[in-house]
Amino acid sequence: MILVLVESEAGATSEVSLETLAFARALAAEGGGIAIRAVVIGDVADRDAMSAELGAHGVSEVHQAMGDAFAAFGGASWAAALQAVREATGSVVVVAAGSTRGNEVLAHLGARLDVPMAANVVSFSGLAPFVVSRQVVGGAALEEMRLDQRPAVLTVAGHSWTAARVETPTTPSWHEFTPEVGAADLVARVVSTGTKEADHSDSLKTARVVVGAGRGAGGPEGFAAVAELAELLHGSLGVSRVVTSLGWRPHHEQVGQTGSRISPELYIPCGISGAIQHWAGCASSKTILAINTDPDAPMMTKATYAVVGDMHEVVPAIIEELNRRRS
Amino acid sequence: MTNVLVCIKRVPDSSSQILLTDDEQGVEGRFVGFTVSNHEQCAVELAIRIADATGGTVTLLSVGPADAVDQLRSTLALGCHAAVLVEAEPTGLGPSDVAHEIAAVVRDHEARPDGGTSYDVVLLGNDAADSGDFQVPIRLAYLLGRPVVTGASVVEVADGNVTAHVDGPDGEETYSVPAPAVVSVLEGGPEPRYPSLKGRMAAKKIEIEMRTMSREPAGASRVRLFLPPPQPSTVELLGEGPGAAGAVVDLLEKLQVAR
Ligand SMILES: Cc1cc2nc3c(=O)[nH]c(=O)nc-3n(C[C@H](O)[C@H](O)[C@H](O)COP(=O)(O)OP(=O)(O)OC[C@H]3O[C@@H](n4cnc5c(N)ncnc54)[C@H](O)[C@@H]3O)c2cc1C
Ligand SMILES: Nc1ncnc2c1ncn2[C@@H]1O[C@H](COP(=O)(O)O)[C@@H](O)[C@H]1O
Repeated sequence: MILVLVESEAGATSEVSLETLAFARALAAEGGGIAIRAVVIGDVADRDAMSAELGAHGVSEVHQAMGDAFAAFGGASWAAALQAVREATGSVVVVAAGSTRGNEVLAHLGARLDVPMAANVVSFSGLAPFVVSRQVVGGAALEEMRLDQRPAVLTVAGHSWTAARVETPTTPSWHEFTPEVGAADLVARVVSTGTKEADHSDSLKTARVVVGAGRGAGGPEGFAAVAELAELLHGSLGVSRVVTSLGWRPHHEQVGQTGSRISPELYIPCGISGAIQHWAGCASSKTILAINTDPDAPMMTKATYAVVGDMHEVVPAIIEELNRRRS
Repeated sequence: MTNVLVCIKRVPDSSSQILLTDDEQGVEGRFVGFTVSNHEQCAVELAIRIADATGGTVTLLSVGPADAVDQLRSTLALGCHAAVLVEAEPTGLGPSDVAHEIAAVVRDHEARPDGGTSYDVVLLGNDAADSGDFQVPIRLAYLLGRPVVTGASVVEVADGNVTAHVDGPDGEETYSVPAPAVVSVLEGGPEPRYPSLKGRMAAKKIEIEMRTMSREPAGASRVRLFLPPPQPSTVELLGEGPGAAGAVVDLLEKLQVAR
């Protein structure tokens, strides 16, 4: 039995959790049709909708952890809930998405059960022994890891699998439970959450054109031209993780494994090197036009078209040319 | 007086071409040089600020080869007070082994006959730049029986409480846990400082505490590392510099996105 931690996002099942279910299904099929059970933690906005969605992605049983312990997020308390279901059901594999929460909660589970944990897995190559490949060195290399202990605990790298519905969805049975959570597991929990920044990631995910910008933008003031080009093309601005980590742009603009997955007609990454985690979010773009000072950057070799040059010179020149032809 | 322990790992500089060692167990650093990851540099910066605010100390700890003294020495120069190296062959260790070694040093320092040093906070990076296991901080916290917060970009200590700010999925999250605690740091908080000449001189005089492993390692679950197969490039170069603008707009028109 495979246990999957399911996270929600804006009231619905998160995309990366649905991708993780696709991974779990492949694993279940390899194992001869092992059942997949989901663990959901805390309140859900619309239980019927979530139940239908999880059923459509191959889940046969949902366990929802209830109670005051889950009023705020805590890595240890979430892991305690997962551990309780694992003990009751005897799962051999526990999986979550390689999201911030997924990696944190499963590392807790690995520590609590004293078993290894494999972070950011992209594939598996055998069940006996159970061997997985996972991203290391910022995605530049892969590690084959052997998970001999049970449960095997792992997270699935975001966007390395594609969410897909099963042919004949079933309605999973739904079980509420209130696990015993010890005092020590409640110490580190979120005590307050600041105001959530406006989230425009939906328009990014569906945009026909996305103009991207990475570290090459140089600083928070380096985005005016790319934003203007995005607007001229009725598109959206997308950025790399470096840009959001450094606080240059808001997180909802991030493209990649830990950001949005985009699939525009045209993606124009400027000053983005094209690390595998970024590529995971933009690989399904129809056409990619890369602008970069370094002709050997991975993005420049993987793109459909490329311009070698300084984005601060090239992008304004494109805007000027567009305006010239329009007038 | 707040004492902070920061765990830093010597890793190959992976900003350029990646090569693997012949035994496929690690990344070859001989030609690219070694460094300390951004997350850990940010952890060091936070540690110095926390210690300076209360006249406390920053101790550095690395588990790795003898050459990791280079990383300890250059980090000491930023204004840290002490450093410890647990000598080990890093590819032979799993995250649980590293956590055990760090825990052993914490316990040992607390029990020192001179009254010892107890660390109010242990800071680590969120994930190591090479192995990317995402778990040493959490495993350490369980071994020490301390609360853990991961992925913090700002960490403060006051009145026996550790406050950490995390850029969470629903906005900025605040955690407040009683010291002693373990916190892992994600870059994005205060900018790491550069070493001063005075700092470099002071660092040279600090004696690094050399230790051996406290137990036989359980080992990593690694089978091998490998590089993704190179993809043949089919890119079409449109030009160089601003002069390429004409060709770019031609393309935009062809793709019918230049409405
Ligand atoms: C678990 C995990 C998850 C991750 N998730 C994501 C994710 O979701 N999204 C993501 O993007 N990254 C993600 N990353 C980070 C990823 O590995 C890279 O570090 C990141 O994508 C690099 O961002 P960048 O390309 O902007 O910066 P860099 O890699 O520093 O590249 C900057 C590029 O800009 C070029 N450049 C510099 N100046 C100019 C100029 N003036 N004009 C034109 N070009 C210029 C340079 O040649 C270089 O190619 C993740 C990493 C990990 C470990
Ligand atoms: N060998 C090591 N020596 C010192 N600190 C380490 C070592 N390995 C990991 N760490 C710390 O633990 C963090 C997370 O590492 P990991 O869990 O391996 O991804 C790193 O950013 C370091 O701060």
